[in-house]
Amino acid sequence: MNSPLLEFTDTGIYCSRADIYLDPWKPVKRAIITHGHADHSRYGHGAYITHHKNVPIIRHRLGEISVTGVEWGESFSRNGVQFSLHPAGHIVGSSQVRVSYKDEVWVFSGDYKTEDDGLATPYENIPCHTFITECTFGLPAFKWLPQEEVFKDINHWWSQNKSEGKTSVLFGYSLGKAQRLLKHLDTGLGTIYTHGAIENMNEVIREITHLPPTVRITRDTEKQELTGNLVLAPPSAHGSPWIRKMVPYVTATASGWMAFRGARRRRAVDRGFVLSDHCDWQGLLSSINASGAEKVICTHGYSEIFSRYLSEQGYDARTAETQYEGELAEMGNSSTEVDEETLAAGD
Amino acid sequence: MKEFAALIKALDSTNKTTLKVSALAEYFNKATDPDKVWAIAILSHRRPPRPVNTTLLREWASELADIPLWLFEESYHIVGDLAETIALVAPPGKDAVDKPLHEYLQDMIWLKARTEEEKKEYLLTHWTQMDYYQRFVFTKLITGGFRIGVSQKLMTRALSQSTGIDEDLLAYKLMGNWDPSEISFRELILEEKEGDHLSRPYPFYLAYALEDDISSLGDIQEWSAEYKWDGIRSQVIIREEQLFTWTRGEELVTDRYPEFEQFIGLIPDGTVFDGEILAYDKGEIGDFNLLQTRIGRKNITAALLKKVPVILKVYDLLEWGGEDIRKLPFSERRNLMENLLNSPEIVKARENGLPLQLSETLPLDSWEAVAEARKHSRDMKSEGLMLKHKHSPYLVGRKKGDWWKWKVDPLTVDAVLTYAMRGHGRRSNLFTDYTFALWDENEEGGRELVTFAKAYSGLTDAEFRKVDAWIKRNTLERFGPVRSVTPHHVFEIAFEGIAKSSRHKSGVATRFPRIFRWRKDKKIEEANTLDDLKNLIP
Repeated sequence: MNSPLLEFTDTGIYCSRADIYLDPWKPVKRAIITHGHADHSRYGHGAYITHHKNVPIIRHRLGEISVTGVEWGESFSRNGVQFSLHPAGHIVGSSQVRVSYKDEVWVFSGDYKTEDDGLATPYENIPCHTFITECTFGLPAFKWLPQEEVFKDINHWWSQNKSEGKTSVLFGYSLGKAQRLLKHLDTGLGTIYTHGAIENMNEVIREITHLPPTVRITRDTEKQELTGNLVLAPPSAHGSPWIRKMVPYVTATASGWMAFRGARRRRAVDRGFVLSDHCDWQGLLSSINASGAEKVICTHGYSEIFSRYLSEQGYDARTAETQYEGELAEMGNSSTEVDEETLAAGD
Repeated sequence: MKEFAALIKALDSTNKTTLKVSALAEYFNKATDPDKVWAIAILSHRRPPRPVNTTLLREWASELADIPLWLFEESYHIVGDLAETIALVAPPGKDAVDKPLHEYLQDMIWLKARTEEEKKEYLLTHWTQMDYYQRFVFTKLITGGFRIGVSQKLMTRALSQSTGIDEDLLAYKLMGNWDPSEISFRELILEEKEGDHLSRPYPFYLAYALEDDISSLGDIQEWSAEYKWDGIRSQVIIREEQLFTWTRGEELVTDRYPEFEQFIGLIPDGTVFDGEILAYDKGEIGDFNLLQTRIGRKNITAALLKKVPVILKVYDLLEWGGEDIRKLPFSERRNLMENLLNSPEIVKARENGLPLQLSETLPLDSWEAVAEARKHSRDMKSEGLMLKHKHSPYLVGRKKGDWWKWKVDPLTVDAVLTYAMRGHGRRSNLFTDYTFALWDENEEGGRELVTFAKAYSGLTDAEFRKVDAWIKRNTLERFGPVRSVTPHHVFEIAFEGIAKSSRHKSGVATRFPRIFRWRKDKKIEEANTLDDLKNLIP
């Protein structure tokens, strides 16, 4: 038996010994799912295995599916291969997958971040031999500030807009970013209104954890009541007729891409807050170092650059093609169904 | 410098023009005079020569960030801006010392003549003392190309708000050659003076495209029509036996068109023409592509002059006998100019090759005749008609009402290249499949680029290679095979048909879009708007 424990196939990351896929992008019989974002949890698998907190999220997104929820660290095995899920810190219910057979340990980290965001179960370091990492922000140009500082800026922005009689419209991805923003916005400043796509997701997340109160924007929402308050909306709402109700308003996007001035200008938002649910450069390097892995497989993001750097640092690093998109989806450039979903919920 | 960096941050924090202008005006209210002069200089693209070459900047920045040079280069390719990359990768600064903006600019001038070691020492010291925005602005001062979403027009408006001086007058004061390290704010802005205006051009008057029916302009007797030439809009100034040629982009290009030196002596001192530089050989106007070979060529060889001769086709007279006559009615300015160009001396010189021609007004007495003339625009090597009200003064900037351009029909728009994909087959390693965008107004009156078409034919192989190389150096983000690029290049996109479409983000579908030509002469700000495109829908 010479084939590696996990292989990268056209369908997904595959463990042939256990006949099970991790976050596959084509329909399979059995899939372990790291988290609820559309590029990782797709339609059409026979059986889904995921963390129990992710169960309501993917049920909301995918409808009636056959899904089993497991606990952190709870181990299950197939044909001698041991599987367990561990917190990835990316969004609520997001996991890394530990796969071991005999003495060999692999970890597929999915999407992850090292900072505790106060909402997702914090990232846990899992020692392994081979570490499969994303590199969405795998460039030294990405350095996140502690989220306290970012939220201080965001809340200051809101209060300033409020003092000028303007509505603050803050864009963030419906699943994950929106709830993280919500969790740390200063509710003393006013009411937080939400776009339908975000509120639908909030309702799901509220079954799992506590979130501050929000008001869903509907056809009946009066223009006047929004003034000075904050509106959370998915990026796709930007420039849509939906947003006209907020006039006069100021816009901002919270995303790791906002580290680049050009990205903010291209999105044509007034403010860009650098806030990501992925690791920055140092976060990636420190996780890899802490894992003790000798082999590193770099997937979505700046994988070629990142793996070249790791190789120079003495790791046995390589890249692998996947169909994960990382934070691209947040920028409205996703090829997955997220956009349609938010558009449909927007009215 | 802290204040200037804060200004740049404030400008970066809004997309609304009014807020940008008020942030600038506030800066002008508070800043010291020498800082103001430099801020004006920087925002009107006048900088000291680059004191350190970018190769060294990259080496030193990667050293400071403790990353290999190749990794710095990769980051730069992705970030798309050298100063921004340096500001991002360097460790957080200690924010220790600060100097006024003008002292940093004086440093740049001083630094140019230092040794490499001194330059490195200076840069590393300053980089480590600055926070992100200061470091970005400081490095931008070194690398140049200070494009931060503030046009000279906005800057002038803010300066007008701050000083109470008329915007058009300020635009005039800021034109031409002035040295920010020599001139004071008083001399540049506040004082009324005549002495050093020798080379100074007038702000160009620009026409809007005619949208309504031609007959809506009223009585044809009030209007003058002429062909709209497709060359380089220029002002040629003859003062005190010296000649200066300025393009609309406020570039002094006298040396590139030595043909015009012949005007000195023939044309009286104190004359300023507004006209078009056109390629012209053996009595024929050449097309714009031909003229391209003269644009941007600094080394003007005898061979080039022979291969691509040019003429100046004049259509307006702005100064006569040393007097600014822009307020005179167009018909009077034309009369003065026609008398000059039809004088026996000039006529004879023209027969002997003087490259100076009149853009003739068309003797038309009905709008139908105008419309008919327009159909022949192509045959006349022009891109349509210009309609000018006979009583119109020569205004500043783009103004509606008195001048209209009425271009010939082909469906083309100038669009900005925003995304690129590698081609297939023999183009497989080249970025040849492009996505183009047009400007659209957002709710707040700002502008954003909106994708409208994809095109992958129309350029020569040599042009594709150039665009490909540029794309690789100016990629912002990679989305699988697709790269987004810095909005920088403008291409004229031609298409056969156009219709509304709900499937397209722009709301418009075009048939057989292809690249008509690479408009190297246009800045992205000059690209068309989505409304321009929609206006083409029958």
